Amino acid sequence: MNKQMTAAQVVAQLEDGMTIGIGGWGPRRKPMALVREVLRSDLKDLTIVAYGGADVGMLCAAGKVKKVVFAFVSLDFIPLEPYFRQARQSGSIEVMEIDEGMMLLGLRAASWGIPYIPTEVGLGTDVINKNPDIKVIDSPYDDKEWVAMPALKLDVSLIHVDRADERGVCQIAGPDFYMDDWFARAAAKTFVSCDELVDTSFFHDPAQARLVHWERSVTTGVVPIPGGAHPSSCTPLYGFDVPHFKAYAASAKEESGFQGYVDKFLGASEEEYQKNVGGLDAIRAIALPTY
Amino acid sequence: MTAATDYTLAELCIVAASQAFANEGEVLATGIGVVPRLAASLAMKTSNPDLMMTDSEAWMLSEPNPLGARPADFVPATESWMGFSRIFDNVWSGRRHAMLGPTQIDRFGQSNTSALGGTYEKPKTMMLGARGFPGNSISHPNSFFVPAHNTRVFMDGECDFVSSIGYNPARLPKGHSLDDVDIRLVITNLCVMDFGGPDHQVRLVSLHPGVTVEEVQENTAYPIHVPDDVPVTTAPTTEQLAVIAALDPHNQRAYQIKDNPPGNRA
Repeated sequence: MNKQMTAAQVVAQLEDGMTIGIGGWGPRRKPMALVREVLRSDLKDLTIVAYGGADVGMLCAAGKVKKVVFAFVSLDFIPLEPYFRQARQSGSIEVMEIDEGMMLLGLRAASWGIPYIPTEVGLGTDVINKNPDIKVIDSPYDDKEWVAMPALKLDVSLIHVDRADERGVCQIAGPDFYMDDWFARAAAKTFVSCDELVDTSFFHDPAQARLVHWERSVTTGVVPIPGGAHPSSCTPLYGFDVPHFKAYAASAKEESGFQGYVDKFLGASEEEYQKNVGGLDAIRAIALPTY
Repeated sequence: MTAATDYTLAELCIVAASQAFANEGEVLATGIGVVPRLAASLAMKTSNPDLMMTDSEAWMLSEPNPLGARPADFVPATESWMGFSRIFDNVWSGRRHAMLGPTQIDRFGQSNTSALGGTYEKPKTMMLGARGFPGNSISHPNSFFVPAHNTRVFMDGECDFVSSIGYNPARLPKGHSLDDVDIRLVITNLCVMDFGGPDHQVRLVSLHPGVTVEEVQENTAYPIHVPDDVPVTTAPTTEQLAVIAALDPHNQRAYQIKDNPPGNRA
């Protein structure tokens, strides 16, 4: 089965009001080219579930978001995501604020088709008090109460990977695949952008196949977009673009705001975007971060 | 072991904070931020070589990495893969001690990393979010580092958003006791505290050289339990300072406390 498609074809399958999971972590390996295609669309009222970075900030700034399910939204070296912050401080979005690990459990529950996973995490804190939809329950096995972390069922997940073949075998070669395997499994449809489209024979090397973290049946569509994680990183291919993120964060303090950022960079297509940020070679030349 | 006479307040805090990890055995030491990371690294290099540590990305190390840019031929002492999802397997097992720097810490030891002021629906200042604080606080021991001890951090009333569970009887989950909460050391630019006072009241453990009890109390919005005999925070040894310097070759520690004051302000 050939699952290759374009970013526009992915967005054509999205609908207003959908719950969309986004892979990656903060400024790391975000499917930004797919997010940019959403920014160019007239989609609205989305619920976004993510370990958030500029993906969440940009979608909020563009008025695409009704609700964010999050544990943090951060660019790491710029701790506070400027446009998520604006959205929260203007009261323009609903939120479900949970612990990082609770999100993992919610994605697992959705992946496994169970309504919740019991956990201690959240007890005694405001992630329970501020979320009336998250129930605390008695256990049939002890006298304690437990948080029943509900399944985070996703209509769609958007993920960026290093390599994929046209059948949806996806490889993440960087040191961490974050929770992307669970985002892929928790969604009814999972669309994956890849830096490189490879022939299936590429995976006949077990060392390469070892870096595949979910079965191809989980992948709905594959979109080859070299550099498609920019300005986030896709280690080991490229790091995150520090000057670009700084310009993005600075735009939130300028009068033209997010529209100024959009006018300067977004373009009508990914080709235009990459031209506006210096081209694919410049993206691929961005140094990897040191932690 | 020779006590140093010339050391910075940041170095004093690093050494004091490393005590949190000294007797922990074989647990994952997670220090977020320069001072906590150096504290955990110092402990791993000196008092507790059994500690485990990550490279802050996805690998477990048998030796802590120095901070900042490293030489091109530097080889990290990688010992296993430790991606973010596996971190939670470790967290929920309890075999971890984290040291972090929340924005607010109330009299119960509850902390806030999420939002300040306004309403929850429309906060005046949005911060990071709850991050992993709820899970950390119910799963394993935690310590705090506060570079600027004042009444905005150690504030009146309850945290605007409670990210981590503390010793608050009103929030105690059914079937739990307050002793299940395990907040260890609170290291600040003025002193070291813990929650070992009566009924888990915050307690003064040691005063940094030249700091008075009154100064600590004035900068804390709730009463501190002060034992009869409060020692002065132990000065770093020259050996400890050498280890710290090797772990922090770019001297990032000089930028962690305002104006990088000397450790002895007497």
